[in-house]
Amino acid sequence: MGLVESGKIPKPLTKLLNMSRRYSMWVYQWGLACCAIEMGAAFASPRYDVMRLGVIPLPASPRQADFLVVSGTVTDKMAPAVRRLWEQMPDPKYVISMGSCANCGGPYWDSYSVTKGVDQIIPVDVYVPGCPPRPEALLEGIVLLQERIMNEDMAERWKGDPIVVE
Amino acid sequence: MVTTESEQMAYIAAQAADARVNVEVETDEGMTLNLGPQHPATHGTLRIVAKLDGEKVVAAEPIMGYMHRGYEKLTEVRTYPQVTTLVNRIDWLGSFANEVPFILAAEQLMEVEAPPRAQWIRTVLFELSRIANISLFLGDMAVQVGATTPVFYAFRDREFVLNQIERVTGGRFHPNFDRIGGLKDDLPKGWIEETGTVIGKMRDFCDEMEELVLGNEIFQARTRGIGVIPPEVALSYGLSGANLRGSGVDWDIRRDANVGLVYDEVDWKVWTHPDGDSFSRFWVRLQETREACNIIEQLLGGIPAGPIMAKVPRIIKVPAGEAYVATENPLGEMGFYVVSQGDLTPFRVKIRSASFSNMSITPWLLKGVFVPDIISILASLYFILGDIDR
Repeated sequence: MGLVESGKIPKPLTKLLNMSRRYSMWVYQWGLACCAIEMGAAFASPRYDVMRLGVIPLPASPRQADFLVVSGTVTDKMAPAVRRLWEQMPDPKYVISMGSCANCGGPYWDSYSVTKGVDQIIPVDVYVPGCPPRPEALLEGIVLLQERIMNEDMAERWKGDPIVVE
Repeated sequence: MVTTESEQMAYIAAQAADARVNVEVETDEGMTLNLGPQHPATHGTLRIVAKLDGEKVVAAEPIMGYMHRGYEKLTEVRTYPQVTTLVNRIDWLGSFANEVPFILAAEQLMEVEAPPRAQWIRTVLFELSRIANISLFLGDMAVQVGATTPVFYAFRDREFVLNQIERVTGGRFHPNFDRIGGLKDDLPKGWIEETGTVIGKMRDFCDEMEELVLGNEIFQARTRGIGVIPPEVALSYGLSGANLRGSGVDWDIRRDANVGLVYDEVDWKVWTHPDGDSFSRFWVRLQETREACNIIEQLLGGIPAGPIMAKVPRIIKVPAGEAYVATENPLGEMGFYVVSQGDLTPFRVKIRSASFSNMSITPWLLKGVFVPDIISILASLYFILGDIDR
């Protein structure tokens, strides 16, 4: 469009674009441990039903996803795969870290094989505490992420290194 | 982008590692299919590397350890009451059932016995967690063969059971409710009647699953005669639980070697199926859910009055000795071998988890099957990654 790159995007247009992005998010679920079942309850069960928030679960690949839910224990063996999947997602991308294990190691804070916090390998936007968090807690995390997207300055976010095509 | 030299070297090393894998794949006979570690149908982070010849699997190998959290080492630095918090999270779908064998082993070492009321409530919660666990399997198995609806029903009805567990223990998933010598709390008021209603709902759920899934022609075509495990092979690989009973072996720890739970007081039946294929494993689990409903209903009618905690010292020091206690968990035999040296913490805990042994049969079982059957066979074996890797 050129407007976004110029950094002079009008406020109403920012608002409109942010609102559209907020309510049409595809989530890639990275189910790792116990939290994956609570995430499944939030995403696939009729009681919690995440789709009413405008979030569509189950895309076929991370290349179609807007945000990632890392739910469960990230071990040192798994960490490269987490990083790699996150790298495959298109920008702008967001990460929700769900559960104590993904936040900081949780009950395995002194284990020899657990990565103490997924934020050591990828940037995290919203932390959802709990072991495991209830599905409602994850939904609240998603709402917080949506608020964050709503208040985002798009020009600021996308002001990165210019892409040069030779 | 400016990068440091070490970052550049790490990037080059990663690329080289990728290239090595690719060369191996391309130069080998046939094709290598890599399932996982992130795959929608592997129940978490299991990775299966299968060598294919056309559509047929020549050899398959499970690669585990993506969920290894070091339980056995961690138990050495946790006190006995703290260990239950950890072992809750081994088989995360039936958490309460994990605590029981460990607590029973510790009780055996301390020579304490829980009062009858605690034993009855333990058995009720044990069976409730079995329903919570297996109901998800019933829905999930259908997803793996291509039907989406049953899993929604499973999640819907599972919530009722979780609510009942939550009302007693305060935790939906990880109750941490068992104590050495009894239980943390008594049942809340009105819980017994409500659980009766929930049991009725779960019976309806089982009927619904039977009509929806078992009778379905596609489901039968995908599971009948697929992944057959003969009884002697099942025994030699150390399978347990419904996988063993699905092969026609009449073996159940609840009946044969019951420790500390009150299964002798109720009238129930061990279900077996002679076929040994994916279908029979599904069928056995469905009947087991019904049987669990029967057991709970009979137990609810006769919970004895009395205290829920035996006399135990405030600071728990377990006398020196060794004990092994196994129970029939939703996934199979789960045993804890506890070695104590009279300390606040166990000296060594060996966990015998069901899924690890059930998993060990996959290289034998997946040989010669077609690619779509890998998923349905893995689903019917029903493992939980935390239970495999620990």
